[in-house]
Amino acid sequence: MTEIKLAVQDLCVEFRNAGKTSLAVRDVSFTLGREKLAIVGESGSGKSTVGRSLLRLHPPTARVTAKTLRFADIDLLSASEKQIQAIRGARMSMIMQDPKYSLNPVVRVGEQIAEAYLAHHKVPHHQARERALDMLAKVHIRDPRRVYDLYPHEVSGGMGQRIMIAMMVITDPQVIIADEPTSALDVSVRRQVLNVLEELVCERDLGLIFISHDLNLVRHFCDRVLVMYAGRVVESIAAADLDNATHPYTQGLLAALPSLDHPRATLPVLQRDPHWLNP
Amino acid sequence: MSMIEITGLNLSFGTGAALNAVLHDVDLSVAEGEAFGLVGESGSGKTTVLRCLAGQYQHWTGQLQVAGRAVTRKLPLDHYRTVQMVFQDPYASLHPRYTIDAALQEPLRIHGIDGRGQKVSEILRKVGLNDSFRFRYPHQLSGGQRQRVAIARALILRPRVLLLDEPTSALDVSVQAEILNLLAELRRQEGLTYLMVTHDLAVVAHLCDRLAVMQQGRVVETLDSHRLANDGAAHEYTRLLVQASRDIQRVPIAV
Amino acid sequence: MNLPLASSAAGSAALPASSTAALVASATRLLRFLLRNPMTFAGLVVVSTLMVVAALAPWIAGHDPLLQNLAGALQAPSSAHWFGTDEYGRDVFARLVYGSRITLYIVLLVTVIVGPIGLLVGTVSGYFGGWVDSLFMRITDIFISFPSLVLALAFIAALGPGLEHAVIAIALTAWPPIARLARAETLPLRNADFVVAVQLQGASSTRIILRHIIPMCLSSVIIRLTMNMASIILTAAALGFLGLGAQAPLPEWGAMISTGRRYMLESWWLVAAPGAAIMLVSLAFNLLGDGLRDVLDPRSQS
Repeated sequence: MTEIKLAVQDLCVEFRNAGKTSLAVRDVSFTLGREKLAIVGESGSGKSTVGRSLLRLHPPTARVTAKTLRFADIDLLSASEKQIQAIRGARMSMIMQDPKYSLNPVVRVGEQIAEAYLAHHKVPHHQARERALDMLAKVHIRDPRRVYDLYPHEVSGGMGQRIMIAMMVITDPQVIIADEPTSALDVSVRRQVLNVLEELVCERDLGLIFISHDLNLVRHFCDRVLVMYAGRVVESIAAADLDNATHPYTQGLLAALPSLDHPRATLPVLQRDPHWLNP
Repeated sequence: MSMIEITGLNLSFGTGAALNAVLHDVDLSVAEGEAFGLVGESGSGKTTVLRCLAGQYQHWTGQLQVAGRAVTRKLPLDHYRTVQMVFQDPYASLHPRYTIDAALQEPLRIHGIDGRGQKVSEILRKVGLNDSFRFRYPHQLSGGQRQRVAIARALILRPRVLLLDEPTSALDVSVQAEILNLLAELRRQEGLTYLMVTHDLAVVAHLCDRLAVMQQGRVVETLDSHRLANDGAAHEYTRLLVQASRDIQRVPIAV
Repeated sequence: MNLPLASSAAGSAALPASSTAALVASATRLLRFLLRNPMTFAGLVVVSTLMVVAALAPWIAGHDPLLQNLAGALQAPSSAHWFGTDEYGRDVFARLVYGSRITLYIVLLVTVIVGPIGLLVGTVSGYFGGWVDSLFMRITDIFISFPSLVLALAFIAALGPGLEHAVIAIALTAWPPIARLARAETLPLRNADFVVAVQLQGASSTRIILRHIIPMCLSSVIIRLTMNMASIILTAAALGFLGLGAQAPLPEWGAMISTGRRYMLESWWLVAAPGAAIMLVSLAFNLLGDGLRDVLDPRSQS
């Protein structure tokens, strides 16, 4: 029985803006073990908010409440900022969508990876550099020494994303939250990045939360899928069982996807039932 | 009669040492009433072809013909009544300070067409919206609604050719389905010719009859979507794209 | 046909039914946001007061600003003369009130000259690029490289002293930053999809610049112009102080300080009153500009 790395129960995130409050996340519950869990939804579903709330990366106008928000033995809700900083990047990391925006443009990529390591381990710089070179090789970058000295604008999208992964995994975290990690990449490059993620999850004792809008992608890549709609989890199902999804929203989403193998004259349009908002 | 005829299209940016050849000897032919897809990854040059047809780039060499007339450096006003474009990002393609009504009347004003108010109402209805949208601002509309307005704006001059630059890639899946259905329906109703750029093979197979696959500025293969869906692709790059979109097999890891 | 989706962002109010209604709705929203900030509100109050005072000067002043009474010269503030009298026995309060007209006149005239010129030069430069851009920007550079007061002095020297000449001189030094700003706003817009869309409809460059690019630059330019008003007032006051702006006996605030300087040590009200007025109005314009930036500038909105 794999241990539960992350336990979330009844997570709610409320945003206050100019006197108005809106509930971005309602009563979301799940557990994460050593597996690849997908959180899928369209824009406004709250999936990114869930990811960010786990690392307390939400804006100050947001209020996060939950019955349980536990990472290993630490209660994330009541932890101090110092404790959260010790977790962020060291035990729980986040990979973001576009390396163009998430890598510092004026620092060499190798240095950024080394810096991620140095933030949590007091070692001499050359040691951090060695570890960074190791990580670059781990993410299947062919010439780590050459790439170490490149700037972010000199690397391609796929390479940049693998560098981002190297940066986030170098501290041996237990949980990785990947927020649309392949959405900004070309289709042929996506697979390379996913392979890297898959290898890392298998080799190390890692739990991966994969946030995406692409149902087709996660059904092949992840083990379990959570489908979110308007802040709620409407379906929690094994990826292999997606064709037998019970919630009409999931069924509607799956049916609305154009498919190479099943051509249809008209795509069935998702009919939104207002009852989904208040089950 | 072919609606769009591209022969030997070449385009480079920069000069001397910084010369960057973006299009190499691109040949394309789209028949009237056909929906033609242009597929490729980033850097393939597919959007550049579209922009050459629209008249945005002028220093290309080769021959471009639309509806039998050559596309020249200085385009006559009625080129724009023959060819129109729908852009990828619904959040950027509408002027933020103008109401939908003003945005839709603008092309009519430029071409001196009367009865604008009525034409705006008609076109809104055609794309599945109604008059209540006329005096809203773009930021008050959802992504799907904005894209419908963008399509309405492209159609209000009653063009014969619609250039579509990844029209659904910035939209949610459920909204994408609606927009694809709308595009298919409009093509049937109005007898339009589509040239659609996309990176999504499933979308191409759904909407288009034929497609060309581009890689690094060249057309590597032209085939019909039926063959594409049934593993009939000949070129290895096309097969790679089909596999990647089906996610069946792992691509060997390279740099 | 597909049913339209329910609008996700429409307000609770009724949908506008015409373009005027839409414009009025967004203007009201803007005003409400503006008034929410206490500092901006204060600035707006002071500026409005200035305008009211200038408009109703004859009724507020209480005395004739030009009427001399040498017997009653240099009197301290009292119930008869709220801010005392100057060296010619003229009521300082009345002169201050009438001086607000001059201040407003200078500020509005300069803004009305500088705004359009800066906008046009900047947007044309940014839109066309190439040699047009180089030419205009070099001209702008030349103007910017002079300290504004020195350049204003040079123009006054050429044109001769006087209120209108002061306005021209100040305007000539105030337009370059507006042009630079408009150009900076235009550059990223040049390739924006909505501009390309309108090019693809066959719009001429003139139409695109006037109807599509300038409206996008307006927010930043308005903010900048409002902030500039403070420095226009100060420059005008400086010119007046040097005797090169409004000429005697016009009650321009800077000139009042200049002539009051001689009697400053005994008759502090001669300098304090116009000085405080200048400070208050400059501050008000700055606060208003700041508030406008918070409301209009999309980048400052989180």
